[in-house]
Amino acid sequence: MGLVARHTEAAGIPTLCMTSALDITRAVNPPRAAFLDFPLGHTTGKPHEPDLQRRILAEALSSFETMTAPGSMKELPFRWSEDEEWKAKAFAEGDERTPRHDTPQYQDEEDRRRAEEGGSPSCPVCRT
Amino acid sequence: MGPVDYIPRIRDNYARLGYKAYNWVVNPDTAPWAPLRKPLSQCRLGLAASGGIYVTGQVAFHYKDDTSLREIPTDVDTKELRATHFAYDLSDARTDPNVVFPIDTLRRLVREGFLGGLASRFHTFMGGIYSSRRVSEDLAPRLTARFLEDGVDAVLLVPV
Repeated sequence: MGLVARHTEAAGIPTLCMTSALDITRAVNPPRAAFLDFPLGHTTGKPHEPDLQRRILAEALSSFETMTAPGSMKELPFRWSEDEEWKAKAFAEGDERTPRHDTPQYQDEEDRRRAEEGGSPSCPVCRT
Repeated sequence: MGPVDYIPRIRDNYARLGYKAYNWVVNPDTAPWAPLRKPLSQCRLGLAASGGIYVTGQVAFHYKDDTSLREIPTDVDTKELRATHFAYDLSDARTDPNVVFPIDTLRRLVREGFLGGLASRFHTFMGGIYSSRRVSEDLAPRLTARFLEDGVDAVLLVPV
């Protein structure tokens, strides 16, 4: 995502990258980044905690007004859990990723049916 | 405990599995810079997220070097959002997409006056595109063109 940030920023639009992978983001070196030390798949918060999600984003977005130099990174003051046990399990040995199928991977069969029927009439962007 | 170091973990893991070593992008130069031109409370914000979010009715992403984009209307009903991805645990994103696509959070920040407004559409795609060249030369220019079309003052980018 840092590559997208650099491209968009070079076109004159300020960007902010959220990240939960500090070393990867530091290497790509986007203009502005906000680091949230949460397990991957939770870059903008914990599920069903709207107040926490709001605090995380407000804190991150304020970087647009406070950062003054390219390559700035803000470490957000939130922890997933006191014991941080998730870190031991993060990226365990082996490849747990799903095989790289080249056909659409629907969340459920109803989605497949709707998409194959050409999108619901209430969804003007279903073709995009 | 400090942050997880993903690069060495992924490097070791790939070596153990006999995969080819991944060439991480390293940019030692100074990043480009475009200053924010007005306060956030007057800014129209754009968003792109790579967590594989789509609206039911759209064709879902596939898992092999998919650089296609989906447009998500910013007035979408959150219940219509779906998540599909090969590389992260989807269980939380499927019950609350805001963990990787902060749609309700951003709408709330607009209601509160923290943000001026949102683009009429957000953009999603599937991360994990193996070739950084495809990202730089194909995906990034298409996204930038859309942000320019959307007339946004700032862009939030959310990877997984």
